[in-house]
Amino acid sequence: MPGLPLEGLRVLDLSMWFAGPMGSRLLADMGAEVIKIESLGHIDPWRGPARVTPILIERMPELASVEKPYNRSAGFNLQNRNKYGITLDLRTGRGKEVFMKLVEVSDVVLENYSPRVMDSLDIDYPVLTEINPRLIMMSLPALGRTGPDRDHIAFGQTIDCMSGMAYLTGYPGEEPMLQSGLSYGDPLSGMNAAFAVLSALHYRRRTGRGMHIDLSQVEGLISFNADSVMDYTMNGRVRERMGNRHPSMAPHGCYRCRGEDNWVVIAVSSDAVWERFCQALEQPPWTEDTRFSNLPGRYRHQDELDRLIEVWTVQHDHYDVMRILQRADVPAGPVLNARELTEEPHLNERGIFETVTHPEAGTHPYIGMYARFSKTPGSIRMPAPCLGEHNRYVFGEILGMSEEGISELEELGIIGTEALPEQQGGMF
Amino acid sequence: MEQALSGVRVLDVTHYIAGPYCTKLLADYGAEVVKVERHGTGDGARRIGPFYKDDPHPEKSGLFLYLNTNKRGVTLNLKSETGIRIFRELVVDADILVENFSPRVMASLGLDYESLERINPGLVMTSISNFGQTGPYRDYKATEIVADAMGGWMSIIGHPDREPLKPGGNQAQFVSGLFGCVGTMTAFHGRELTGVGQHVDISLMDAVLYIQMNITQIYHYHERVTSRIGNMVLPPPGSILPCRDGYIGAIAVTNSQWQSLCEWMGKPELASDERFLTRIHRTENVDELIATLIPWLLEHDQEELLREAQKRRIPFGIPAGADRLLNSEHLNERGYFVDVEHPVTGKVRYPGAQFGLGDLPYELKPAPLLGEHNEEIYCHRLGYNKKDLVRLRETGVI
Repeated sequence: MPGLPLEGLRVLDLSMWFAGPMGSRLLADMGAEVIKIESLGHIDPWRGPARVTPILIERMPELASVEKPYNRSAGFNLQNRNKYGITLDLRTGRGKEVFMKLVEVSDVVLENYSPRVMDSLDIDYPVLTEINPRLIMMSLPALGRTGPDRDHIAFGQTIDCMSGMAYLTGYPGEEPMLQSGLSYGDPLSGMNAAFAVLSALHYRRRTGRGMHIDLSQVEGLISFNADSVMDYTMNGRVRERMGNRHPSMAPHGCYRCRGEDNWVVIAVSSDAVWERFCQALEQPPWTEDTRFSNLPGRYRHQDELDRLIEVWTVQHDHYDVMRILQRADVPAGPVLNARELTEEPHLNERGIFETVTHPEAGTHPYIGMYARFSKTPGSIRMPAPCLGEHNRYVFGEILGMSEEGISELEELGIIGTEALPEQQGGMF
Repeated sequence: MEQALSGVRVLDVTHYIAGPYCTKLLADYGAEVVKVERHGTGDGARRIGPFYKDDPHPEKSGLFLYLNTNKRGVTLNLKSETGIRIFRELVVDADILVENFSPRVMASLGLDYESLERINPGLVMTSISNFGQTGPYRDYKATEIVADAMGGWMSIIGHPDREPLKPGGNQAQFVSGLFGCVGTMTAFHGRELTGVGQHVDISLMDAVLYIQMNITQIYHYHERVTSRIGNMVLPPPGSILPCRDGYIGAIAVTNSQWQSLCEWMGKPELASDERFLTRIHRTENVDELIATLIPWLLEHDQEELLREAQKRRIPFGIPAGADRLLNSEHLNERGYFVDVEHPVTGKVRYPGAQFGLGDLPYELKPAPLLGEHNEEIYCHRLGYNKKDLVRLRETGVI
């Protein structure tokens, strides 16, 4: 197959933070030409602050000499590799004019502003479709483009709350939990967005018609707990937090292993697996206890069973528990942390990490492709763009603007490569 | 009814959650999905709850019913030679094949990609498995919690002094199903341009790693291991905390959101308090910040907190259980939930569209009864006659 499957597809990406950029990256990784649009006064907050502040230097002295911290953000550089990056101030007449020229020659516009911001910029779908009737526009506001709460403000962790995800996560009988790292709604919405765009493209290829896609991040996430929704609509039952327990397996949980913060999970999914589990442990006397010989018994005495299992697991490293149990075909695996994942033999043999050099951030491994494509494996072809890095390529080569024209936009501050100060940036 | 994927032919030999979710989404957006179930017992999800009125009947599993909308269903015995032959006839007729057996199964049936490519060079074949089609763990056993652990997700959920937690539900399986859609449609797009299909290998472990890929990225950039820090997303406040009548997601991310929150609490001095001045300060003094917040939250109700926070553009949210979701005015006005009429359960309300594709129609037709479309597919599509069908039934093929 010549080239990557999405070669020839051009996506204008106005999205910021995590969800939208993840969506366009899934397309970029497989060959789409994604042009990320920021402006000097509104850089992607995922880049971090526009300037290194004294508070930052106090804590990370190595940043003292860094002029453009926003080109070195871990999170931004992950989500925006394989994309081109330009700056363009859409609040100016000239900026908007250039944007419209780009819309004319693009297939997809992706944005994750709240619906009211798109209205206020006057670049909503009806306006853009006048210029390019084949355009596919992808909007992914938190709660969708319609409905009484459409203008609610939500970050990823808010979406974890609103979608029911947090309600189902937590220790039994205790409060709903957010995860400590980042939100789940963001990457999930990015995946939904990529799937939606690919579906719309197929429709356009058949019919020639573009469309406006309305993706509510909350709705996309609700369906991931469809069984909980259905339990309510079929039985009037509100599912609660179960910790690491399972409604129809026992024992099923996370057990302490030897060493600091070392844990393994074990799932005994049937009576046959229980037999193999006991054999793998070399049948200590408690495994002969008849209370444990069938699922209802094991389920009833889970607390006791968990304590007995942990007496065994604490004697071993979590990888050793995995090997002992997997040899007996018992589902078990270590709880891996970021360092262990990076060093994980299975992941590395499958080539999930790729090492890439970014001109300002340096050389690092990055997570690579989300799937193994047999004929078009794909790779990280280029690092994430520095701010405005591809202005000349996009305005000059794609739009055919003259060098004078581009310089004029620079002088007017409509485009450029240096962020205006006073931007605080986001999480990283 | 013209939908985005109308005319795309999908052969679906999946079971349980990950594979069926992938083909459900393709079917919901218009693809013609033929689901092949093991004859006799069918998809294992038919034996998993919740069941309609708690009756554990193979046509009443809510999980199965949700995951198989808009599909046509046939039964086929892949352990018989005739069954394999019929399956290959279905492959010739398909654009896309999705399967989620453990990695050796398709090859042992002579149905691996290399064999099928020879009879249908344009075929896009997607395989979803626990650890992928290659690598040292390929043949390991896993369930949801094992993928949650080994993809790293559990390392960031829970309190630091207690055991790590899995996310609620079956997230690894749903996520890999959605990755299956992205991968399948990507390969299919390439197929449409070049005529050449390919094999797409999706793994649950990879999918989980992808969901919280920021933790490996932070490690690669800063050699810092993100560990579980309890009920919290930084910068604070970013926790689910008690309020007067339950819990509230008390979330303020930016400086201006924090300043608005201080003003609302009637404590504007906190905004200029140097312990809480910036994101960095708030993170460093998180315990004090939360301690300041809790007594105030306990004086207010969920709804009141949500309404007032949103008015002030602070991203609070209420942790919603299923009852709150089903009764949400917003979701209902958007028509998110859909009533599906099924011959055995009658009318039941299901979660609806993942997204709306322009003004194209969206509807949910009920999941197939076991073997419901045998005659339609085997006779009308493949050209067997009624007599053949009887013979296939008698010999245990369908």
